[in-house]
Parts: sequence; C-alpha cells; structure tokens
Amino acid sequence: MTMKKVFSRPASLSKTPFHYCPGCDHGVIHRLVAEAIDELEVGDRTIGVAPVGCSVFAYDYFNFDFNQAAHGRAPAVATGIKRTRPDSIVFTYQGDGDLAAIGTAEIIHAANRGEKITVIFVNNAIYGMTGGQMAPTTLIGMKTQTSPYGRDASTAGNPIKMSEMIATLESPVYVTRVTINSVANLMKAKKAIYNAFKLQKEGKGFSFVEVVAICPTNWGKKPADSHKWLTENMLPVFPLGTFKDTLGVEKSA
Amino acid sequence: MAKVLMKGNEAIGEAAVLAGCRYYFGYPITPQSELPAYLAKRLPEVDGVFVQAESEVAAINMVYGSGSAGARVMTSSSSPGISLKQEGISYIAGAEVPCLIVNVMRGGPGLGNIAPAQSDYWQSTRGGGHGDYRTIVLAPNSVQEMADMTITGFDLSDRFRNPVLLLSDGVLGQMMEPVNLPEPHDYNINSKKWALGYRGSDKNERNLCSSIFLDNDELEEHNWHLYQKYQVITDLFSKGEYKDFAVEEHLCDDAEIILVGYGIISRILKTVVEKCRKRGIKAGLVRPKVLWPFPTAVFERLAKTASQFLVVEMSCGQMVEDVKLSVDGKKPVFFFGRTGGTVPSDFEILNEVDKLVRPD
Amino acid sequence: MSSKVERIILAGFGGQGVLFLGKVIAETGMHAGKNVSWIPSYGPEMRGGTANCSVILSENEIASPMVTVPDTVIAMNRPSVTKFNQKIKAGGMLMYNSSLIERQEFRDDIRLVEIPANEIAEELGNPKVANLVMAGAYSKFSKLITFDDLVACLPGLVKGAKKEMLDINLAAFKKGFDYVEEKKYMFGRYVYSVFKGI
Ligand SMILES: Cc1ncc(C[n+]2csc(CCOP(=O)(O)OP(=O)(O)O)c2C)c(N)n1
Ligand code: SF4
Ligand SMILES: [Mg+2]
Repeated sequence: MTMKKVFSRPASLSKTPFHYCPGCDHGVIHRLVAEAIDELEVGDRTIGVAPVGCSVFAYDYFNFDFNQAAHGRAPAVATGIKRTRPDSIVFTYQGDGDLAAIGTAEIIHAANRGEKITVIFVNNAIYGMTGGQMAPTTLIGMKTQTSPYGRDASTAGNPIKMSEMIATLESPVYVTRVTINSVANLMKAKKAIYNAFKLQKEGKGFSFVEVVAICPTNWGKKPADSHKWLTENMLPVFPLGTFKDTLGVEKSA
Repeated sequence: MAKVLMKGNEAIGEAAVLAGCRYYFGYPITPQSELPAYLAKRLPEVDGVFVQAESEVAAINMVYGSGSAGARVMTSSSSPGISLKQEGISYIAGAEVPCLIVNVMRGGPGLGNIAPAQSDYWQSTRGGGHGDYRTIVLAPNSVQEMADMTITGFDLSDRFRNPVLLLSDGVLGQMMEPVNLPEPHDYNINSKKWALGYRGSDKNERNLCSSIFLDNDELEEHNWHLYQKYQVITDLFSKGEYKDFAVEEHLCDDAEIILVGYGIISRILKTVVEKCRKRGIKAGLVRPKVLWPFPTAVFERLAKTASQFLVVEMSCGQMVEDVKLSVDGKKPVFFFGRTGGTVPSDFEILNEVDKLVRPD
Repeated sequence: MSSKVERIILAGFGGQGVLFLGKVIAETGMHAGKNVSWIPSYGPEMRGGTANCSVILSENEIASPMVTVPDTVIAMNRPSVTKFNQKIKAGGMLMYNSSLIERQEFRDDIRLVEIPANEIAEELGNPKVANLVMAGAYSKFSKLITFDDLVACLPGLVKGAKKEMLDINLAAFKKGFDYVEEKKYMFGRYVYSVFKGI
C-alpha cells in the first residue's frame, strides 16, 4: 500500500465546505465515513440516508447518492432502499434526537430485522440543530433549553444507552461505541467505521457505530474544552468499547 | 397588570398557565421552541408538568391521556410535527377530549424550511387525520391575541369537548409586542364529570374515553352526534354568541374591493387598505379570526355590496376556496400568494390591487 | 423622519447583540407609551451569519409589523450595510458602526451617522456594550423615545445585573448620545457637523 497524504480529501467527500460550527465533530465523522467507503472501494454503489438534525445537509458533503429522510425515520427509509437495491451499500447518519427519541422504534426494528445496513450514530447529548434542547442522551443534571433546572432522572429518565440496548438484540452483527477526543481514539473510530462498512460489503448484517461527540455551540463551551468535558463527563456514562461482534471482525482485521 | 413585551410563543405559554393549564407535552421544533422552553421553566413553578416527549406522535397521545383524565392540557409544534400528530388528533376528536394544539406554521411540504408560512390551512380546517371530524381553528394576528385566544381556546375546547387548534405562523411566534396578560383563572381538574378518575359523589357509572364503535349503527349514531355538535358550534359562530369574535371587518361598508387574509397577512392587509384609501381606492378588509367554522355569512353579505374580492395568503391558495364557496359565484374572487417562507410586502399587494381596480 | 412612526432595521453579526438592541428600543418605546413591535430574523444561529430585527415605534396602532422600507437602518457590520442600504427610505438614516465599516460612497439621499461603537465600548472596558452605544445615539434622533426613556427602562431589561454592569450600560448610552452631539454626521457625500461646531 502506498503512503497516503494525511490531509488529502477522500474521493467520496465533496468539495462543499462544511456548514458546521467551528470545532464541531460532525465534519470529522463525515471524513471517517468517506475514508472507509474509499478504502473499501464501494463509493460507486453507496447510498446515504441523511437525518433531520445538524447533519440534515450531509448529502451535500458526499459524492454519492443520498436520501433525506423525515425526523427519525432514516432506518426505515434505508430498509426500503436496501431491500430494493441489495447490492448497494446503505447507511444512515443520525443524531441522538433523531435516533434515540423520535426514531427509537425505527432503529430498534431495523436492527432487530437485521437489515444489512450501517448506522452511524452521533451522540452529542443534545438537540444541536434546534438550539440545544434536552436529548434522550443528555446527562443527569445537564442544563438545556428544555431542562432549565438540569435533567432530573425522576421525570426525564436517564441517559439512554443505545449501543447497549441494540447489543441485546440477536440480529445485529456489530455494535460498538467510539469517540474522537484524541488521535488514538480517532484511529479506533476510523477502524470501527471501516469494520461496519466492511461487514455490509460482505453482506453480513446490521452494523452500528455510536460516536460520542461534542456540540460546542449548545454546550456553550470552546471546542477544546468540549472534548475535555466529554472525556470527563460523557465517557463515564457512555463507556467506549465493542458490545457485539458476532463475526469477530475486529480480530480478523 | 402592566403591559409586558413578549414573544408570541411565550405569550401562549404564559396565557396557558393563567388559563389553568398545568400539563404540556411536546417535542422540539423551530419556530415554536420558545414555547416549550418557556413552559419547561414556568410549569414547575406552579406545580405543573412539562414533559419533552420522544416524538410528536407520543406527545399528542400523552395529551389524549391527560385530557381524558380531566386536565387542561396542551401541546405545540410546527408543521411537520403537526402532521405527525394527526392520528392522535383524530382519536381525540372521536373520543371528544378537550385540548389545545398550537401550530406555529412553517414552510412545507416535507421538511420545507423554518420560515413563516400559511400552508397548513387545509390540514387544519379539513380535519387533517382520518374520519368525519372537525377541530375549531383560531387564527390570532398579534401577540396579544396569541395570549387571548389561548384562553378562549381552552374555554371552547372544554365547553364543546373538542380539540381546538391555534393556528399561527413563524412571524407571530417570534415577534414581540406588548401584551396585557389576563387575570389568572382557577381550574379544577374535578370539574369534568365524564373524565377518567373523576371522584365526585355523583359518580355512579364508570367513565370511558374511547373512539371505537365496532357496531355500524353505533358508529353512525356517534358520527351524527358529532355532526350535530359541529352544527351547534357553527351556529354559535355564525349568528350566536361568538359572532363578533369570529371575524374582523375593517372599512367594508362602502368597499368596492374586499381584501381577505388571516393571521399576520391581515396586519399587512390593513396597511394596504390604508394606502388604498389614501389613493382613493375603496378597499376594505375581512379577516377571519376563526377558520373553522368559517365566517361564511360575512362573505354572503359583502358579495351583495362589493364588486370583487382579493384573498392573500402565504400559500399557493387554500383559504381562497372557502371564500369562493361563501361568495358562491356572485362576485369574482382573486388570489395573490407568496410561499416558501416569503411574507408578501404591502407594496406587492398594493400592486395586485392596482391591477384589479385599474385594469389597462 | 415622520413624528408618528419610526421603522427601524437593526443588523449585525450574531453575537453583536442586535436583537437585544432592538429589544431595548422596543421596550423603551413601550414604557414611553408608544405602540411597538419587534420581529427577529430567525434560523439556525449556528451558521454565524447576519442577525437582524425589525422594530416599529408608533403613536398609532401598528397595522403591519413588517418593515420593508425602513426609516432607519442601524448596521453593526459591513454585510448589514450591503444587505439593507438600498432599502432605506429616501431621506431616511443609516446609522453605522464605523469601527467595523469604513466610510465610503453611500447613497446621497439618506442621512449617514457614523459611530465608532466598538472603540467606544472598549474604552468603557466592555466590548459587548457596542450595541447600547447605538441605542444612546438613536435616542438623539428619535421623536418617539428620549435618552431619559432609555435610562429609565434599562434596569428592567437587565434584571439581576450587577451595579457595575448597569453603570457600564448607562455609560454606553451616554457615550453614544454624546458622540452624535459632538461629532460630525454626513448627509450623503458631504460631511456636515450639525449639532455643534462649524
Ligand atoms: C417531525 C419533526 N419534529 C421536530 C423537528 C425539529 N427538529 C429538527 S432537528 C431536531 C433534533 C436534532 O437533534 P439530533 O438528532 O441530536 O441531531 P444534532 O443536531 O444534535 O446533530 C429536531 C427536534 C422536525 N424537523 N421534524
Ligand atoms: S450546533 Fe452543535 S452539533 Fe450542530 S453544528 Fe453546531 S456544534 Fe455541531
Ligand atoms: Mg444531537
């Protein structure tokens, strides 16, 4: 393999500049997805499904086909696409409001049916796009526009752990949680996303990668402070690791 | 009380609290987010309940539950979320449960955009969900009315055991104007004898909230019962006690051209009418404040005196159909609309009026 | 400027406090017994773009709260001038933040008022009050609100603010108001000094 330039643009990534806030993780995660798709050489048959959330315009940043789904319904839309075109590589890219609140039914059932799709789940513990309301993943005590007194478990429940939940289902083949708060973790995240798409390329089954991410804007913090806050506060609640790897993709690589 | 400068969305929130509403269930969406944000702070101060649901589908069903238990309860959303609520609204209407639903309309179809629009008129006035039912639809045009109509909305919904829809738009939700807040209103959750959990000493049967009538005859009877209720409501709005509440007329008596619009558009039309009058054009304004039941009678009357109507909406033309039905071919009804989030300016409307009154 | 109604558009970067500036003017108008309205541009603020709001002060009932042809534009940054300059009513006023907007050939049928709002705010020790400097300046021209109205209204607007903060806010009003009085303002391409001097 030839050495790659570190900052060259992956072929699957379009030239459109990201509209995300400075320091936001969404852009980096897009890049990881594009790199995995390039490395697996499936860019010509990939179809993405964009959610409703800050990444609603995800379709602008990739060079392959895209659908833009209604809020929370991306896994259902992806099911329709994949069933219609089983040879394509289909993935959804969803936030925590989209996936873990309004779209809980869709994600659980797509996972349970073992749809041969890949889900990239960006958990930033907040509703970014609508200006910072409580998400199902918001931490206890965290103040948001709709939890002005801090999230209270007795009325708003506890942060929902989607990876752990999905890993209890029999059908999914790969469920893992990563973050990109350091170079080492970034490399792990890259590998996980690669694995998830590799499994799909091999026709294996439902793969799910949760990326614990920052939202500097709605957390009211600078990007650097946000990663620190994530490390200290989010990772204890959302521990990194692989919850399910039925086919041992991590070992085989 | 002194006037306060408030956003339309916040005025609804405060008015709901003053109306005795202690239950709010909703899901975030722009451009109405100030309303749940306001109530998330405010309701705990009055021992109320604020729940951010996992979706609009869930939120409206929480409303169904709370309303059936006798609460003054509300939810709010904007167009895409209101679409999701339709199933629940149909159940609520079928089971005759009172509640207030606020729609701060934005551009559609689909995800559309978050700019102001009036393209949910049909959805609002024609039911929206499945089945033979109606929702009472109120259309405020100022922040003051956002507050006042919230209170009226709760009263109407309780009185008729029917969902009431407050139909506003992004401008009204986001804009600030001075508001005179009304006096607080005590509400007793035990005032509804039909409610689940009602514990009055006069209770002798169990209470049931349901929209299922498996037997054909029973469902038919229920539907005719609803129909009769809707007739009573229609009469109260067209000739009874809500007659004056239902519609605002401005300089219509000698008007040759009648401009028609609701919500924020009616404010712009008022400016247009003033400008027309300055130019010697005899223009008047009819502003439906209630969209269902539609104030048909006003149009029947004005069709005798005016020579033409111009309906202006932030849509491709929805309410215009009701105006045409009411005018019933007696006079020409024209339409001017902007859609996609653009609010038409007084100048462009004036231009349309010019074309109609001075054709050459 | 008609004495009955003042239509204002206030614009700047998100973060320059133009929505709050609009609110200060509207709230002051309300307390001075006028009819007022305030409409923000809204949208995903995250894009860091230009924010603006429309304010109307009026002696009569406000029919349309929309401002298509403003009597005054208060521009805090360059893109705001580009966006709204052409919309100002002939004979209207462009009041701009000369700390961020260089003097140039503007329209010659409007009044131009330049205020180095950022510099003034920095002198006061808080760059965030540049917006309030503009409020003070605006009260000089307004026929519907006065400087005293502004001052009277402030405590209610920044409830819970510390005394020092309140003082800085008041100082910002004052500096803005005085700046207009002492310095030149231009009419079109010509530079006049209207209140004092020449
Ligand atoms: C039916 C419906 N309800 C609500 C919304 C408003 N809405 C847009 S994005 C969003 C939440 C996004 O949060 P998340 O999924 O966590 O993504 P993020 O922006 O944080 O990346 C909501 C509630 C909508 N577009 N459609
Ligand atoms: S609001 Fe948060 S999630 Fe959205 S782009 Fe900005 S930083 Fe990223
Ligand atoms: Mg999120």
